[in-house]
Amino acid sequence: MWFQILLVLVLVGTAVYLVRSTPNAKHLAIRRLVVFLGLAAGVVVVLAPGLLTRMANAVGIGRGADLLFYVAIVAGLVYVVNEYKRSVQLSRANTQLARELALAEARLQDRIAELERKEPS
Amino acid sequence: MAGMPSAHSSGDSRAPGTERDGGTWVVIPLFNESSVIAGVIEGLLEVVEHVVCVDDGSTDGSAEIAEAAGARVVRHPYNLGQGAALQTGIGYAREQPGAEFIVTFDADGQHRVVDALAMVALAREEDAAIVFGSRFLDDRTRPGLLKKAVLKTAVWVTNLTTGLTLTDAHNGLRVIRIDAARAVNLKQDRMAHATEIVLQLGRTGLPYREFPVEVLYTEYSRAKGQSLLNSINILVDLVIN
Repeated sequence: MWFQILLVLVLVGTAVYLVRSTPNAKHLAIRRLVVFLGLAAGVVVVLAPGLLTRMANAVGIGRGADLLFYVAIVAGLVYVVNEYKRSVQLSRANTQLARELALAEARLQDRIAELERKEPS
Repeated sequence: MAGMPSAHSSGDSRAPGTERDGGTWVVIPLFNESSVIAGVIEGLLEVVEHVVCVDDGSTDGSAEIAEAAGARVVRHPYNLGQGAALQTGIGYAREQPGAEFIVTFDADGQHRVVDALAMVALAREEDAAIVFGSRFLDDRTRPGLLKKAVLKTAVWVTNLTTGLTLTDAHNGLRVIRIDAARAVNLKQDRMAHATEIVLQLGRTGLPYREFPVEVLYTEYSRAKGQSLLNSINILVDLVIN
């Protein structure tokens, strides 16, 4: 039962993360930590399959495979959110780069036109 | 500042009798409007000296047509979006010597030049830093019922988030004095910039006005207009930072 509450909280948390936070070094460190913990947990449950089922039972889920499924869905969702935010950031950087290029070219053209007006050759 | 000789005057010598406004820079985001852009630019150049078109990667030769019509064309290397083009145009215009006002104007011919002129005059007279065009201050403009509902919702959201009280949102005709223009830094590349620009201008705390304008819904602009579903994109873009 209370795993349902936890799951809902995690999903709401993901939504808040999507809207609110901006990426920084702290988030990057947390993300990397989570990845390593996930890998370690993976090794543990592969070696001791019974552990997963006992953990699932402890939070009110019948089978270990179901717990794995729920966790995988949440992990996938968080990944999508992270990638979306990253792509927004990249496209903003891309826009700025393109704009600077356009403005630099325009300034150059203006300068040349100005010089040509001053001393027509 | 006013009346300074401009850096470049597009090399045309039209309208001998009438005095053209040299302190006003009209900024037009341009993307694939080859059939109408020349007329829009020619109409503007009769009354102002400087028209800047930001070509947002047009593939139909709009940039060349705009240049031939006498506009200063700044080219994006590829399509980035209307908000991005507007920001580039404002960035270009505000660093020009002698620039006093920036007018944002749509490329599709839905705005009237007389409205733009009157708005600049209003800004000068009443010492307003920003003049927003509004199609809902009188009943000349007749958008469809559904379009009106969507626009009114946009107005409501804009007022809620910006703290200003406007009657229209997403109207492309605006007059921005140069001091206010320096505060504009649009990050929304697509259509959500229309709310973002109001937000950023509102934050300056500078005096603003609204001015009744007529939006000409021609067959052409209707066909090109925003689909109603796109308002969902705008909302999502605004909510996700």
